[in-house]
Amino acid sequence: MLKIENLHATVAGKAILNGLTLTVPAGEIHAIMGPNGAGKSTLAYVLGGRPGYEVTEGSVTFDGRDLFAMEPHERAAAGMFLGFQYPVEIPGVSYLQFLRESLNSQKRAKGDAEFSGAEFIKLAKTQAATLGMDAEMLKRPVNVGFSGGEKKRAEMVQMGIMDPKLAILDETDSGLDIDALKAVGHGINEIMRAPEKSVLLITHYQRLLDYVRPDRVHVLSRGKIVRSGGPELAMELEREGYAEVAA
Amino acid sequence: MNDQLTNREARDAIAKEYEWGFSSDIEQEFAPKGLDEDTVRFISAKKGEPEWMLDWRLKAFHAWLEMEEVDWAKLDIPAINYQDAYYYAAPKKKEALKSLDEVDPEILRVYEKLGIPIEEQKVLAGVEGARKVAVDAVFDSVSVATTFREELKAAGVIFLSISEAIREYPELIRKYLGSVVPQRDNYFACLNSAVFSDGTFVLVPEGVRCPMELSTYFRINAENTGQFERTLIVAEKGSYVSYLEGCTAPMRDENQLHAAVVEIYAHEDAEVKYSTVQNWYPGDAEGKGGIFNFVTKRALCAGARSKVSWTQVETGSAITWKYPSCILKGESSVGEFYSVALTNNRQQADTGTKMVHIGANSRSTIVSKGISAGRSDNTYRGLVRVLPGAENVRNFTQCDSLLLGSECGAHTVPYIEVRNPTATIEHEATTSKISEDQLFYAMARGLDAESAVALIVNGFAREVLKQLPMEFAVEAQKLLGISLEGSVG
Repeated sequence: MLKIENLHATVAGKAILNGLTLTVPAGEIHAIMGPNGAGKSTLAYVLGGRPGYEVTEGSVTFDGRDLFAMEPHERAAAGMFLGFQYPVEIPGVSYLQFLRESLNSQKRAKGDAEFSGAEFIKLAKTQAATLGMDAEMLKRPVNVGFSGGEKKRAEMVQMGIMDPKLAILDETDSGLDIDALKAVGHGINEIMRAPEKSVLLITHYQRLLDYVRPDRVHVLSRGKIVRSGGPELAMELEREGYAEVAA
Repeated sequence: MNDQLTNREARDAIAKEYEWGFSSDIEQEFAPKGLDEDTVRFISAKKGEPEWMLDWRLKAFHAWLEMEEVDWAKLDIPAINYQDAYYYAAPKKKEALKSLDEVDPEILRVYEKLGIPIEEQKVLAGVEGARKVAVDAVFDSVSVATTFREELKAAGVIFLSISEAIREYPELIRKYLGSVVPQRDNYFACLNSAVFSDGTFVLVPEGVRCPMELSTYFRINAENTGQFERTLIVAEKGSYVSYLEGCTAPMRDENQLHAAVVEIYAHEDAEVKYSTVQNWYPGDAEGKGGIFNFVTKRALCAGARSKVSWTQVETGSAITWKYPSCILKGESSVGEFYSVALTNNRQQADTGTKMVHIGANSRSTIVSKGISAGRSDNTYRGLVRVLPGAENVRNFTQCDSLLLGSECGAHTVPYIEVRNPTATIEHEATTSKISEDQLFYAMARGLDAESAVALIVNGFAREVLKQLPMEFAVEAQKLLGISLEGSVG
């Protein structure tokens, strides 16, 4: 599904990723853990195609296609979903309008039939219910006046609506209380646990992994994967701390 | 010397001919180039106007000669040679096109994006013989227009061209024309008073709620009225009317200078909603060839509890100079101004409103959304004036500017003059840029860069767009996106 080889990237001239190699097969959930400054968010942005994040070496293929040959919106249409650590406010644009236009734009890119207004609202309501979110919230402007937890829940609703092949979730667990954490974990399992789907879960803490069990755990340090293992590696990190494990 | 005399004689002869009889066969379809008293006489004669109307025009013309162009706006206006223009039915220099294949593909693409039906596209582009077909196609034959007219007539609403109104309702025109915008109000209004070519007259009688949205669109004879248009709307006691002006499709016009005047007179408890979508040709990317749009729009809320609401979406023209205003004379009268002004490339806009509070308890709301892109300049200029006798006035002003790129300008120039201590005046202003965060977020969800910008801009303008009648709002939304094409990156 996702194959990253020897990835090097810079931000404002500063090297952040230094030869990262990682493969996420279809049907698997991989967690990437690491201390602050290890390059976790940079990895998410590079995979999403954010301007300003320059790839200097290496390659990434997504579903067999060269990821860097695609614009951010083309990556979305190809089935990639990027969950934001800090979801962005768009005043005056409701979630419903935003998501319907985004989704239909993806559909057009793929040559599929677009959703009608009624079909879309039904889909949105179903997905909101899965995440325990009041569908009325989707009439509000995108992320405006939402609490941190509500924003993250809304990101998961978006993921449910987009129904991606690959989800890259950047610190989706940060700033969540225990109920929201449960809901988000439940959402990830409901939406993404499938043989043809994959998740790259980027997180600082182990606690989300209590609700979403990863197939593999990787430790990122100074822009490289320094250790990989099964779910038990997360527990070890929690016990020993990054300094010990990544040393 | 000799030549000049001959010219003058010729002009006099033309003018005289029309003094003699209006019904005589007038072959000449346009006034000679230039502007003098004879031009004014020619226009009046051409319209078959009565003596008092000609006198009114001439008075305006002489006043205009002594006035000077305005220069206080933040606009760079090239010198206009008023003698190098046609003032009546300027000949269409461009030949009628044989088919849409001859139309600039760029324009066709915009029509397509707006979803304009083929037949209507032909009319807009000036394809030979298209008009009648299009009228049939768009309005389902003239009979629909006739049906509308009959429905309006049954309600007692007068809705016709101002030329017809001058002939058919001279008393009403004499009473109201110039009553809101006096001839000498400003240079361009004065010019309009002298040479206005046509326009619209609306009167909604006492207690009548106009049964439909009135639109210049439905007036078949609306051709060639663009240059010096004159609109007069009278809402009698307790009446209501919603009036739509303009067109979202980019309209090309040979006339560079447009100086329209709109007057609205609202009596006691009357309400008028006036919506505009203006998309005149803005010129090329360097601003060459665009329209100068110098418009005077004003409403007099004369009666108690009368209400006038201006909503405008301005995306076109090379230069826009426009301040739809309300004189809030009636006690508890209400004025509203909702505006989206978008400028791109080399466009310049200096637009806003004036709310003049004379009546006690009068209220006004101003919501202005300026969007600047390219190397354009966009200024909000607004006046809120409270006169000494106006007790308990309230005004709320919100002025937001959105910048795309770093070469454009956004300016906010509020004038607040309060001469009564009981007034409550609030003014809020913001300036922001479309952030990279917003753009990337929207793109990561599947929108391309242009769609993402269009979505964010529409969100920014939402408060204003939702004031527009439904179909107008949908078109205006698309228009904002199209007008910003090429401004990303």
